[in-house]
Amino acid sequence: MSQLLPVFALTVFVIIFGCALLGFAHLIGARAKPNKVKDETYECGQPPDPTRPPQSPPKYYQTAILFILFDIEIIFMYPWALTYGDFIAQGYGLYIFLAMAFFLAVFIFGLFWEVKSKALEWE
Amino acid sequence: MGADVFEITVNFVKMVAIFLLMVQIVPLLVWVERRGSAYIQNRFGPNRVGPLGLTQLLADAVKFLTKEDFVPGRGYPFIYYAAPIVAMIPAALALNAIPLSSPVHVEAFEMLGQTWGPYVFLAQGYEFGIGVVFVLGVSSLAAYALLLAGYGSNNKYSMYGALRASAQTISYELAMGLSIVGVILLFNTFNFTEMIAQQAGPLVFSLFGHKVEALSFLPNWGIFYQPLGAIILFAAMFAEANRLPFDLPEAEGELVAGYHTEYSGFKFNMFFIGEYGHMFVASLLMVIFYFGGYTLPGVNPETVGKWFADFSPTKASLLTALVLHGVLMAKVVFFLWIFIWVRWTLPRFRYDQLMDLGWRTMLPWALANTILTAIFILIARHPWGS
Repeated sequence: MSQLLPVFALTVFVIIFGCALLGFAHLIGARAKPNKVKDETYECGQPPDPTRPPQSPPKYYQTAILFILFDIEIIFMYPWALTYGDFIAQGYGLYIFLAMAFFLAVFIFGLFWEVKSKALEWE
Repeated sequence: MGADVFEITVNFVKMVAIFLLMVQIVPLLVWVERRGSAYIQNRFGPNRVGPLGLTQLLADAVKFLTKEDFVPGRGYPFIYYAAPIVAMIPAALALNAIPLSSPVHVEAFEMLGQTWGPYVFLAQGYEFGIGVVFVLGVSSLAAYALLLAGYGSNNKYSMYGALRASAQTISYELAMGLSIVGVILLFNTFNFTEMIAQQAGPLVFSLFGHKVEALSFLPNWGIFYQPLGAIILFAAMFAEANRLPFDLPEAEGELVAGYHTEYSGFKFNMFFIGEYGHMFVASLLMVIFYFGGYTLPGVNPETVGKWFADFSPTKASLLTALVLHGVLMAKVVFFLWIFIWVRWTLPRFRYDQLMDLGWRTMLPWALANTILTAIFILIARHPWGS
């Protein structure tokens, strides 16, 4: 925990620095009265439709879920990669390689399935 | 060795200095970008204000500060203001975890009637055993800033830009994470300093239990073991930093200006600090993983330390750190220039092509790179005959 203390300190500093910059820009920035047309959403001349919130295609949601699946699988490979050299040096190289090969086979099958089921196609 | 007031102060000042280094590199890079793009496209670029247009940066800063502080009428002010600040945090945290030079050893000295030290100051804000994982984890938080910007502006185009940005960032993170697995297989460590230490010296490796020294005129850099991984990582870095040819989140032909449509003045500038900070971190990672970090053939902490043998140990170690920092920055500047060079050379991808490239081309290639690296390392490092 004490190892992370500098990280928190820096985060707090960056937030204070950012707030100070924004406050400074607010203080010396030009002033103008807000008016209805200016406060409108900027949409290149299209009259904005305030009744609906912006909608997003479900494709993004699908991408996010697939990402979580694959990213967690990739994170599993980090400790394996870290200890790979030690296992080889002790003569257990083939064992640790085959252990990960089985995991990778599942990973590749998943990727293959994903491509085949057209989950990754954007039109 | 407990931390005392002096050590804590120096470490905090160091963190702030590294953060300010990131902030001040932005105007310089903007200048290089504008002059460089003008050079590539046969134009003049900013050349009126000051020598070579250098004081254009100051003029820009003044303009940013004096612009009206505008909040869109239908936006959410708190989220709208928070987004640019959040954009600076990930790059600052990642940059502080990367060593910028060799550590500085300070001998014990007298100050205010008290003996202080000896100290060892690392040339980075903080060091973790899991440096690589920390940098990866922190820098992927950048997607939140873009999402907050899109949500806070409450604008259709901003929202689409933010969604595109997050989808693209996470898609390329897979290829990036996998290509780094190859690096970790090679060096067997998460620590940047140890990676650099392993790359100092000539290119000598063992094959079937024999030492191969035929290529010892080359430095022992990761690029010679991981060429494919280096290419994949560098390409994924462009997508992570939202740079052309992967800058779909701000494709002005389709989305007005993407997630920063409603931003102006200094708030807009802060997104740029985040973006250039990411380029800086990406270049540093490339240099440390594949190009020997702060070492060159014949230039590493030991040899440079001997150049300054006449000075006192504290001074010698400080000068060594400065020289090595210069070497590192020279390499980093080269990669930053490649970022700019590519931006003004290649056209933008279409969105479906972008996602296709990420998922169906780069991810399988990165996977193949990992498997091949594992097989080669298994063969090369196996204790044959013993």
